[in-house]
Amino acid sequence: MIGSAKEKVLSQLSRVFIYILLFICAVYFLLPIFVMIITSLKDIDEIKNGNLLALPETITFQPWIEAWGEARIGPKAEGIKPYFVNSILITVPAVLISCIIGALNGYVFSKWKFKGSEVFFSLLLFGCFIPFQVVLLPMSQTIGMMGISGSVFGLIFVHVIYGTAFTTLFFRNFYVSIPTELINAAKIDGAGFFRIFYKILLPVSLPIFMVCIIWQMTQIWNEFLFGITFSDADTQPVTVALNNLVNSTSTVKKYNVDMAAALIAVAPTLIAYIISGKYFVKGLMAGAVK
Amino acid sequence: MKSKLKFLEDSIPKLIVTPTFLIMVIFIYGFIFWNFILSLTNSKILPLYTFAGLKQYFALFNNMKWWLAMENLLIFSSLFIGFCLLFGLLLAIFIDQKIRFEGIFRTIYLYPMALSFIATGTVWQWMLNPGFGLENFMIQMGFENFTFDWIVDSEMAIYTIIIAAVWQSTGFVMVLLLAGLRGISHEVINAAKIDGASMPRIYWKIIIPQLGPVFFSAVIILLHLAIKTFDLVIVMTKGGPGFSTVLPSIFMFDYSFARNKLAFGASSAMIMLFFVMIFVVPYLYRELRKNS
Repeated sequence: MIGSAKEKVLSQLSRVFIYILLFICAVYFLLPIFVMIITSLKDIDEIKNGNLLALPETITFQPWIEAWGEARIGPKAEGIKPYFVNSILITVPAVLISCIIGALNGYVFSKWKFKGSEVFFSLLLFGCFIPFQVVLLPMSQTIGMMGISGSVFGLIFVHVIYGTAFTTLFFRNFYVSIPTELINAAKIDGAGFFRIFYKILLPVSLPIFMVCIIWQMTQIWNEFLFGITFSDADTQPVTVALNNLVNSTSTVKKYNVDMAAALIAVAPTLIAYIISGKYFVKGLMAGAVK
Repeated sequence: MKSKLKFLEDSIPKLIVTPTFLIMVIFIYGFIFWNFILSLTNSKILPLYTFAGLKQYFALFNNMKWWLAMENLLIFSSLFIGFCLLFGLLLAIFIDQKIRFEGIFRTIYLYPMALSFIATGTVWQWMLNPGFGLENFMIQMGFENFTFDWIVDSEMAIYTIIIAAVWQSTGFVMVLLLAGLRGISHEVINAAKIDGASMPRIYWKIIIPQLGPVFFSAVIILLHLAIKTFDLVIVMTKGGPGFSTVLPSIFMFDYSFARNKLAFGASSAMIMLFFVMIFVVPYLYRELRKNS
């Protein structure tokens, strides 16, 4: 009797311990974003005299206004806004195109297999894993020859090319789980390739489209290597512009403006994650080749 | 007429994947080959296709900075993977104890994965800056001799990159392992409990060994992330102080574009590909066999 009471206390204690630990970890994970937010709301004198974790004494939105529309990035002093727009112009078409191609590919690789399609898929899968440094030099030659070097089109092109392997993988793994009997029955009824896709697969594809869109959006919005290699001063995506702002040596460092700009740069993917984290997690798991 | 139509219909699936096939052949395998050809030339600022043999590879292997970059990658990847696995496992186990607000905790641990390395590197660089960051904070708290200046110390700077990278990717390992934990049958665990085994012992002896395949996947993906790491270093240290945080990815970029040694950069990219292949090819082979 005494033993079991003791055990109960012990197990209660260990649960409290677990909660405390989880809470401390949560604080640690949130610390950087907390520091970003409070720093972006302080004026520069307060940053110089205060400390990292102190809440702002007087809240100012000046750094946000400056980061958005006034900060000097490269030759222009128009803030991060034009580059934010570039990222939208790159991300939206690249995500849509790569998801549509991926859906059709995945449909073929799961439901219309042909001789060699498995080998083809395996070779494509390898494309998900190559370090992009190995295609950087040929790609810069190629988009130069195509006459889209330094343009938004060049970047959309590159992202579609190297995103397709992933989107194909997502859709293929999803469509594999849909019973082939359904497809075969429809084939017997005389339904063709597109009709089956439209009538049977598309109506159940919303979740996988969400996974794919969220995944591609996060990847492309956050991408840096292609962005810095294939863009001009005018077409830089927001990640490249943020790096130029943060690592600029010419002007006096304004950490509050840096932090506001960083928060603006992460806002789209962070919001997408908060709203639809479920799909984000599924994308991560699928990316791990389940 | 009818058979012609039938033929057309049979070819639709192949027609649909043809563009992807061409993309793959040209932009993945063709480009790898092209890059290989470039690495066998003397190209400087522009590509020249005169054969120079393995000259660039010999130059690479005699380049002290390349070995430094490789050494950095070894330190970075081993500690990055080790800590991610350790913290990811602990978080997964704790979260798996029928915790209240599990969703909120999970969301918090994973959110860094949704952010760009450039943005998170910006804030880590600021927090690790001795003048404004943690060091300054501790001094103001009264610890006057506290120093934490790793980011400007060429011996220690690589560890600051590891701190930021582990923070960013631990949540991912947690999610993978949590899914693994939830897939384990409870019968064996309950039997062990009845036999009086303690929970830590059950985890160590029964549960963790069953997570082997998940650990394997996690290691491959983290390794792949480590070899590709580029933006985080660029924004935090630009490879410095000196050359102390340069990784092969940065080395390749620097020589190809800033120092205009295309062929030399191409050869370093081939070596990067080689290392990725060593790990990824057996992994994909195993995954694909498992599925078919």
